[in-house]
Amino acid sequence: MKILVPVKRVVDYNVKVRVKADQSGVELTNIKMSMNPFDEISIEEAIKLREAGVATEIIAVSIGVTQCQETLRTALAMGADRAILVETVADVQPLAVAKLLKAICEKESPQLVILGKQAIDDDSNQTGQMLAALLDWPQATFASKVTVTSGMAEVMREIDGGMETIEIKLPAIITTDLRLNTPRYATLPNIMKAKKKPLDVMTPETLGVDVTPRLKTLKVVEPPKRKGGVIVTDVAALIDKLKNEAKVI
Amino acid sequence: MAILVLAEHDNQQLKPGVTNAVAAAQKIGGEIHLLVAGSACSGAASAAAQVAGVAKILVADAPHYAGGSPENLAPLLVGIAKNYSHLLASASAYGKNVMPRVAALLDVAQISEIISVESPDTFVRPIYAGNAFATVQSTDAIKVITVRATGFDAVAATGGAAAIENIAVAADSGQSKILKQELTKSDRPELVAAKRIVSGGRGMGDGDKYRQVLEPLADKLGAALGASRAAVDAGFVPNDYQVGQTGKIVAPELYIAVGISGAIQHLAGMKDSKVIVAINKDPEAPIFQVADYGLVGDLFTLVPELTAAL
Ligand SMILES: Cc1cc2nc3c(=O)[nH]c(=O)nc-3n(C[C@H](O)[C@H](O)[C@H](O)COP(=O)(O)OP(=O)(O)OC[C@H]3O[C@@H](n4cnc5c(N)ncnc54)[C@H](O)[C@@H]3O)c2cc1C
Ligand SMILES: Cc1cc2nc3c(=O)[nH]c(=O)nc-3n(C[C@H](O)[C@H](O)[C@H](O)COP(=O)(O)OP(=O)(O)OC[C@H]3O[C@@H](n4cnc5c(N)ncnc54)[C@H](O)[C@@H]3O)c2cc1C
Repeated sequence: MKILVPVKRVVDYNVKVRVKADQSGVELTNIKMSMNPFDEISIEEAIKLREAGVATEIIAVSIGVTQCQETLRTALAMGADRAILVETVADVQPLAVAKLLKAICEKESPQLVILGKQAIDDDSNQTGQMLAALLDWPQATFASKVTVTSGMAEVMREIDGGMETIEIKLPAIITTDLRLNTPRYATLPNIMKAKKKPLDVMTPETLGVDVTPRLKTLKVVEPPKRKGGVIVTDVAALIDKLKNEAKVI
Repeated sequence: MAILVLAEHDNQQLKPGVTNAVAAAQKIGGEIHLLVAGSACSGAASAAAQVAGVAKILVADAPHYAGGSPENLAPLLVGIAKNYSHLLASASAYGKNVMPRVAALLDVAQISEIISVESPDTFVRPIYAGNAFATVQSTDAIKVITVRATGFDAVAATGGAAAIENIAVAADSGQSKILKQELTKSDRPELVAAKRIVSGGRGMGDGDKYRQVLEPLADKLGAALGASRAAVDAGFVPNDYQVGQTGKIVAPELYIAVGISGAIQHLAGMKDSKVIVAINKDPEAPIFQVADYGLVGDLFTLVPELTAAL
């Protein structure tokens, strides 16, 4: 079976972003970009399923600007078999991403789409659930363990009170949580090989999807700053502050 | 038009975020209804009827609503959505699982984790791990929203007297089945609702030391226990302890961070706490930049000393 893995190019998780002076968004020029960390986990899980003989082909998909090709090459170097870029400079919001992915699913007929539970830039945590709705497929979000057997997936999920294990019928959507696996690094020979793997470029127009944003961003501002406090000398001083200054104990 | 809030519950009681979501609905303005979907959930329905400011409780009671499966809940919500201008849920694992699915079926955007209501169509939400706040305006007819509990002071859980109405249940999708749940048992307050939190990081060393050092302090303070991702990944504590960008978002009156360095992903989950205390042996640790009170030194001496002195 085929597995589709959407991978998003985002600001690297180590970068502390700065809001633009004109409040139109965050500064993205000359900023290090990487694959969304959850999507590395998705790729790793897909590779494990191929190594286990469950999957036969892994297709990485990214939606965005030309430079998303770098993200796709990383996915190919990790082990994906081929890649698709849906190229656009538009502000593609989760619903539009889900519609584009649906169009690709209709072409490729994967049995499993593995997405990250959230992208660390926009923090929406929506795309997988939306894609599941559009395809009318079951969803297993926040996965921390995945087992695939004939026509079914058993998924352990991280929920607010602990863990839950569900069984879903394939084809299905899975979104990955942090503790599902530890993604492998791409080795140099694999990075070289990845350059020769196929990468198709499409557009929202050729897929027949309207990506007009439904949310208008009116402004982006810095959150209120927390004032740094004081270093207290000892436990007695701390208790005094908590009792008499902060009045929280 | 009226506003519908999807109420998370365990069939008996409501979960903490519901009253915050109702508070957000009040800011939007309009008659507020709560949807209680569950299995043998009349206890939760009566609890919902007491929430202040709510006009009506809709109850959908059927075995296939037991585990909150999004495949079943989304069509239920979509079936009644036309009566509402806004559909809200708290931004818990439950709400995040269901609401995007509802939005996609309605062909509208979903607005994640709002922290403020500017007008009925304009909301503020944090992006980039809370390092920027975006004000977004929805152009859709129905607004589907998840509410970050820390952004809204909860309405009273009692004092209301809403009417309870049973609604038609939709068919079971049969797409998904819960095999088992392993819920962390604890007598402590729930992390997201706690007034005080004691949180431990990699500096705790291991799970035994985490418990030996932090549990007595949490007991003294009546606090919930939390953790950094590093502490969860290393297996010191279960996953539901994780505070941060990709864990739980908390804002207690007092947050004590012990052996936590203060990575941006951790700060994203706790920097709205009223008072932050950091205990760390490294005076350069970034956690001290957000802490109101910092104590530099070995946590294995300082925490027991603090516990004894309280
Ligand atoms: C040119 C441009 C301008 C933008 N301007 C703004 C702006 O002004 N304000 C603002 O808030 N946002 C802006 N965005 C961000 C955009 O709105 C978000 O990418 C979108 O909302 C998706 O949210 P998310 O990534 O948080 O989704 P999530 O639902 O958190 O993502 C979950 C998963 O979905 C998949 N996925 C999501 N997006 C993609 C993708 N593009 N390709 C492949 N897989 C994907 C991944 O597997 C990911 O792990 C802009 C984006 C672009 C490209
Ligand atoms: C995609 C992604 C999502 C993430 N999401 C989250 C999240 O939701 N929540 C989260 O917390 N992290 C998250 N992280 C991880 C985050 O980047 C940090 O790695 C993590 O928070 C570090 O945990 P820590 O502070 O416990 O460990 P460390 O950074 O290793 O810090 C340990 C601290 O303990 C101190 N210490 C050690 N021994 C002692 C002692 N005896 N006495 C006193 N102090 C001591 C040290 O000085 C140090 O400051 C995420 C990362 C990624 C990439």
